[in-house]
Formats: sequence, structure tokens, C-alpha cells
Amino acid sequence: MSTMAIDKAGPTRKLGSMSRDRAWALRWSYFFLVLFAIFFLTPPVYMVITSLKSSAEISAATNPWWVFHPTLSNYVELLSSNQFLRFFWNSSIISIVVVFVTMLISIPAAFALARMKFWGSATLATGVFLTYLIPDSLLFIPLFKMLAVIQDFTGITLLNRWYVLVFIYPTLTVPFCTWIMIGYFASIPKELDEAAIIDGASWLQTLLRIFIPVALPGLIAATIFAFTVSWAQFLYPLVFTTSVDQLVLPVGITTTLIKGDVFNWGQIMTGALLGAAPPLIIYAFLMDYYIAGLTAGATKG
Amino acid sequence: MAFVLTLPLILLIALLVLYPAFYSLYLATLNKAMTKFVGLGNFTFLFKRETFWMVVKQSCIFAITAVVFKALIGFIVAHFVHNIPGKKQRKWRGMLLVPWVIPPAMSTLAWLWLFDPSYSAFNYTLSFFGVGPIPWLGETFWARFSVILVNVWYGAPFFLIMYLAALKSVPDQLYEAAAIDGANWWQKIWYVTLPMMRNIIAITTLFSLIVTFANFDIVRILTSGGPLDTTHLFATWAFQVGIQSSDIPLGACVSLFMVPILAVAAIFILRDVSKRGNEA
Repeated sequence: MSTMAIDKAGPTRKLGSMSRDRAWALRWSYFFLVLFAIFFLTPPVYMVITSLKSSAEISAATNPWWVFHPTLSNYVELLSSNQFLRFFWNSSIISIVVVFVTMLISIPAAFALARMKFWGSATLATGVFLTYLIPDSLLFIPLFKMLAVIQDFTGITLLNRWYVLVFIYPTLTVPFCTWIMIGYFASIPKELDEAAIIDGASWLQTLLRIFIPVALPGLIAATIFAFTVSWAQFLYPLVFTTSVDQLVLPVGITTTLIKGDVFNWGQIMTGALLGAAPPLIIYAFLMDYYIAGLTAGATKG
Repeated sequence: MAFVLTLPLILLIALLVLYPAFYSLYLATLNKAMTKFVGLGNFTFLFKRETFWMVVKQSCIFAITAVVFKALIGFIVAHFVHNIPGKKQRKWRGMLLVPWVIPPAMSTLAWLWLFDPSYSAFNYTLSFFGVGPIPWLGETFWARFSVILVNVWYGAPFFLIMYLAALKSVPDQLYEAAAIDGANWWQKIWYVTLPMMRNIIAITTLFSLIVTFANFDIVRILTSGGPLDTTHLFATWAFQVGIQSSDIPLGACVSLFMVPILAVAAIFILRDVSKRGNEA
């Protein structure tokens, strides 16, 4: 305090120029942020604009950035179309089941890898991380052939059935979820579970009563990740399913709403918007968890 | 006990990731009808095709250009967002991450509509500046430009979020010390920010390189590889050859060419991640 009082006369001018610099930096930041926000938000905004137009207005080629006769007919049509609702239903059921399967596999595995040192545990943890780096575009051809072979061999129909995706999607979600859960579990103080063990709790009880509640933020982040990845997956369903009643939203919209060369853009944009809605809604309400999951991959572990 | 807990994980990885990966090696050595072993026949066949070399070139151009621009835009915008005080910063961050949240297949449809040959909203706007209709997806140069643009649009927010988190972890004292030493803003970035963020920048870039190199959705929906196969990446070409023309061995062969670059990137990521672990 005293030094501040003594130095008062000297540095004030310097401080003044610094705060002026900062004000300018802030103004420039806002200016450029507005430019980038326009770039980032143009496609979603344009989706909304087009979804509110009738086919007549779209083909009249009036100002594309403005709606002259707003109508909800695209929404009404899609939401009363059994086909579209079927896509939505398929996507929902697959994503929800995949989230549960992912958690059932990831949580116990992460618990074991974070707390029990066993032969090969370090290698397995590294292996899990490496698996996360293997892209879907490397595996879709062998998986397709594998499914065909198993189908011929056992007589169980696997290709062109939505439920096969429930087995395939965990390869995309489990490695990352396990990886970030290892990070969250490892950050829990050892004293906590030691105290529980001394009190006579079993491993299962420590997991359910201590690890899961304490690492709940991580669990939510992992759940969001698993859901959004399953919801957005495009390549696997495109390869493994073809019949209209087996399709998920991304594939359904891109294949059925585009009929030959006729593009019904009002409906396509409405469908895309409705398909983007669940992840966007989750993001709007759970943004902090979403971002925590996003950054956890590189900052945890 | 630990073995039982990790068994489902091991089974999943072994049966649905490792096994298909090796199965793909085996498939790549068969003939189209998958009745005969042809050794490296598919590979030598690919080497003789011009399209293959074009795909190799385009995959590299696409991945490198897109990652560089994503990293640059992410780095710049992260600084702007970092300047914004408290509550407002949250709002801006939330808004700027939207492209990453929308499933890429959905947002690419919006881009496809923005690039439409006869109703393009971009061309409508540009016509007021006297810029003639641009064939966004019709000509090789513009089609390549467009797929990269969409990929940058989709991926830059990811870099932004990672860099913003990294920026926040740089202690203010370092900047204060640099300011006392008379450093200008460029020196602060070069000598303080970049060294402090080096690890995150490396991991994010390598990770994005893998994802971008293996990209499928954007090119598939925007151009399906056209015009004249000039925008094909390994993934989209493997899909066309392996699934649409049902030459599974050749398709497997094409996608296997992604392995070397993925392996190199993975090794570097692993090194950086374990380094990070040791620091902590």
C-alpha cells in the first residue's frame, strides 16, 4: 500500500496509456469477433431462413437472405412424415443405447486402469488412447466384409439393420470416454477410497458410492461426447444400412430428401436443422460440461 | 478382478478395432471376387493409376491447408475472445463453438445449398460487387477451395477452444514481467505465449491432422469427389471403389494408404501426451 502511495506521481501516465491501449484492444477484438461470428454463423442462420420458405419462394429466387412469406409448412410436413419420424426414432434409440453401452464398458475399465496396477495396465491405457486415433474411414470396409461373413455364417441378418450400429458405434465412443474417465478417476485423492475400504466397502461400493459421484462432471462430459458422436456418425450407417426404414437422420436426410436431381431445399434445411437440434440443445444447457469434455482429451491424463 | 473390469473394453478393441484392421490387410491381397490371393497386385495396380496419385496429392493438400488455416484462425480468434471480459466472453465462446456442435453431415448440407449452382446465396451477394457467378463446386480449383473452406469452418472452433483454455493457463505474471522488460505485443506472443502453449498446439494440430486426413462427410456430401475425381480424399475414394463399385479388396487397399501418416502423427501425439503426463 505504502509503495503505491509513494509512486503515485510517476506511473499514472503510463498506466493511463496502458488502459487506453487496452480499450483499443477491446474495440478491435469486438470488431474482428463480429466478422468471425458472421463467418461461423452464416450456415446455421441460412438453414433457419431457408427452412421458413415455401418451395415457390425458393424457386422465385428472391433475396436469399430474407423471408418474405414465412411459413412453417416444411416443419409440419416433416414432423408428420412417418419416414422422417422413423429416422429420428432410429437415431434416438441408437444414440441412447450406445451411451449406456459406452458407460457400462468405460466406467469399470477406467476404474481398474486408474486404481489397480496390474500386468499390462500401462500398455492397455496407451492402447486405449491409440484406438481413439483410429478413424472410422480406416475400418468401414473390413467391418462391412466382416458383417457380411458373419451374416452368411450364422444366418443372423446384420447388414441393413439399424441395431448393428449399436455394436459398431462403441468403437468410436469407448476409447475417448475411458481415456477421460481415467483422468477424472486418477484425480480423486487416494485417501477417499482407502477410507471406504477400511470401513469395509467392496470395490463395487467404492465405485458406486465414491468414484461415480465425485467424478460426476467427467461422467456428464463423457455422456455428452458419446451421445453427440453417435448422433452425428455418418459413414458407418451410410455403408451398413440402405433400406429407408433402417436409416438414421444424417443418412436419411442426405439420401431420401434429395430425389434424383430434384432438391427440395426448404425441406432439406428443415430436416438438417431438426437433426442438429438435439446436440445444439444439449450444448445450450450443458456448455461447460461439453467444453470440459472437449479439452479433457489433451489436458487430462 | 481388474481383468474382469477391463475385459469388455479389451474384447471391444480386439474384435471390432484390431481384428478389422488386420483383416483389412488380408482383404487387400485378394482379387475383386475375393477368391484368389494376388499378393501386392492391388497395390501395384493402384500405383499405375493416375487417379490414385491425384487422391494422394489432394489428401495432402486438403489436410495440410485445412489444418494450417484452422490453427491460425483458432489462434487469432482465441486471442480476441481472451481479451473480452468475464460474462461476455462466455457468450462469445458459446456462439463461436456452434459450427463444431452441429453434426457435420447436417451443416455440410447448408453449405451445399449456399454453393448451389443456380441459387447460390454467395453468388447473389457477390453479384452486387460485380463479382461474376463463381462455380463453387463445378470447377476443380473452386471445388478444392470449397471443401477446404467448409472443413476450416467446421474445425476452427475446436482449435479456438483448445487455445483459449491454454491461454487461460498462462500466468499473468509472465506477461507483467515481459511488459516490465519492455516487450512489445509481438515479443510477448513469440517469447511467452507460444512457448507456454507449445504442447497444446502440438497435440491439437496432430490430432486435427489425423481427423482431417481421414475426413469423409464433407467431401462426400459436397462433391462426392467430383468434378472428375479431383476432390477425392482417401476415405471418399475408398468408399467409391470399395462399396459403390463393390471392389472390396481395392477399397481396403486404398484406405490402408492412410496408415503411414496416421501412425507418424499418432507417435508424435503419444510422445507429447506422455511428456505432459510427466510434467504434471
